[in-house]
Amino acid sequence: MSITTHLTSRLKSDAPAAAPQDQAVALDLRAVQKTYDTPGRPQVEAIRHLDFSVRKGELVCVVGPSGAGKTTLLRSIAGLLDLTAGEVVLDGNVVTGPPQGMAVVFQEYGRSLFPWMTVRQNVELPLKEKGLDRAARRDKVNRALEEVGLTEAADQHPWQLSGGMQQRVAIARAIAFEPTVLLMDEPFAAVDAQTRAELEDLVRSLWKHLGVTVLFVTHDIDEAVYLGERVIVLSNRPTVLMEDVNVDLPVERDQLTTRSHPRFGELRGHVYSLIQRAKRGDRPDAPMPDARGAAGA
Amino acid sequence: MTRFLKAAGYAVGLPAILLTAWWFGSASSTDPFWPPLSTIIETFPTTWTWDRIVADVFPSLARLGIGFGIAVVLGIVLGTAIGLSPTLRALSEPVLEFFRAVPPPVLVPIIALFAGYTGWLGKIITIALGCLWPILLNTVEGVRGLEPVLGDTARSYHLSRWRRLVFVVLPGASPRIFTGARQALSIGVILMVISELFGANRGLGAAIVQFQRSFAIPQMWTGVILLGLIGVLLAAVFKVVENRMLAWYLGQRQIERGE
Repeated sequence: MSITTHLTSRLKSDAPAAAPQDQAVALDLRAVQKTYDTPGRPQVEAIRHLDFSVRKGELVCVVGPSGAGKTTLLRSIAGLLDLTAGEVVLDGNVVTGPPQGMAVVFQEYGRSLFPWMTVRQNVELPLKEKGLDRAARRDKVNRALEEVGLTEAADQHPWQLSGGMQQRVAIARAIAFEPTVLLMDEPFAAVDAQTRAELEDLVRSLWKHLGVTVLFVTHDIDEAVYLGERVIVLSNRPTVLMEDVNVDLPVERDQLTTRSHPRFGELRGHVYSLIQRAKRGDRPDAPMPDARGAAGA
Repeated sequence: MTRFLKAAGYAVGLPAILLTAWWFGSASSTDPFWPPLSTIIETFPTTWTWDRIVADVFPSLARLGIGFGIAVVLGIVLGTAIGLSPTLRALSEPVLEFFRAVPPPVLVPIIALFAGYTGWLGKIITIALGCLWPILLNTVEGVRGLEPVLGDTARSYHLSRWRRLVFVVLPGASPRIFTGARQALSIGVILMVISELFGANRGLGAAIVQFQRSFAIPQMWTGVILLGLIGVLLAAVFKVVENRMLAWYLGQRQIERGE
């Protein structure tokens, strides 16, 4: 079944127009490939072949062993990096630069917020670009800050806040922008465990009542299973898809009950073993060791 | 309050000691070139009357202000352009290094050839040229050293070129721009005086030279002291502006260092 759809999509891609396939697909990666080829530096094949799609309103996590090209993948989707081959399609449009309707929360919260602006000004700046008038901007900023629980800190500077609060500012800025797709690049990698749990629940609740599509990149297996409706497991470099794991946990999730749910343990164990295999260099596209030997002979 | 007094005490302490040493060391001096400090201080109010300040000090300061202002505007504009464009940088780097290595006072006679010795133009050009390089080079570095994640953020939120410049690039480079401007200000004060030493008839530097040539030695000394006081005042004004505009930077640094 998946093979047939794969084939038809291949066939379709030969058609002249980039046929807007399924209306329900928000983000579609088609045979994405990225090789860093800077003159004078050794060539690095980061992503070999990635094909997956994210439906509208879905929360999908991407995990992989360290060095799996997760950040490369996210920057490619965000239109900050040119692909070597393949294409990323957002809402039926091929991404060639940072697309409209996408907001990114970067890993380095401390360095993605403008330190010379207050929290309010940071959240407001992208809205100015949208051409909203002062009242509308004020309204959206206030609502976004309320969503993340930072109303009190609106007039402080980011560096006056704790790490977790700074990342909340970055999230507020992203949701105030009202994107259709929200990309998050290991956003909680640098905060302590308690803050992390709070922020995970914040992402879940924002996702649920804003109806935004979220692609969440992380290296933390528990986080991926806890947050995602699906977990996309990547191989080691050069990256291919290890497995697309469906997370059939209840939609209402809770740090205590969900994490002690037997199904959570099973899924976590499954993803964990996939990552371990990926670390060992076990990859779906690798030829058998003896086959490689035979080809060499 | 005690902290303020302590800081004030430190700031005034060393000058007080030096002045005391000068006062007693020169008290019985009969050397005409080293008059007693008491004589110099007595001469001060009669030398620097309001009329003389208007005639000599204000024009000098005005030229400094204009020259420095031109250098700030030009330095930031050119520095930002060079910092943002790798092509422009590759083109201009050797030339910039060359001009930076030329000591600005050397330019005084050359500029005077084109712009005249006595008028304002030559002096302003001298000051502006001397102040330009530190501001320009620091702006280039400041723009280039901008945090890449901030650049990505600006791009992913589709900030227009203009907004990126005003809200991201320039504020990000401002700590370095201020570093350059501070260096430029001291160069500017030096050039303000030097540009008046050759053939000018009015101005602070010209006045000091005239006192020296007419053997009005205590008056010459008062000129030197006034120049020093102006330097201290300008540095203080600069500090106030810097503290205001870089409050975010100074605050952030303080927290990062855990002070």
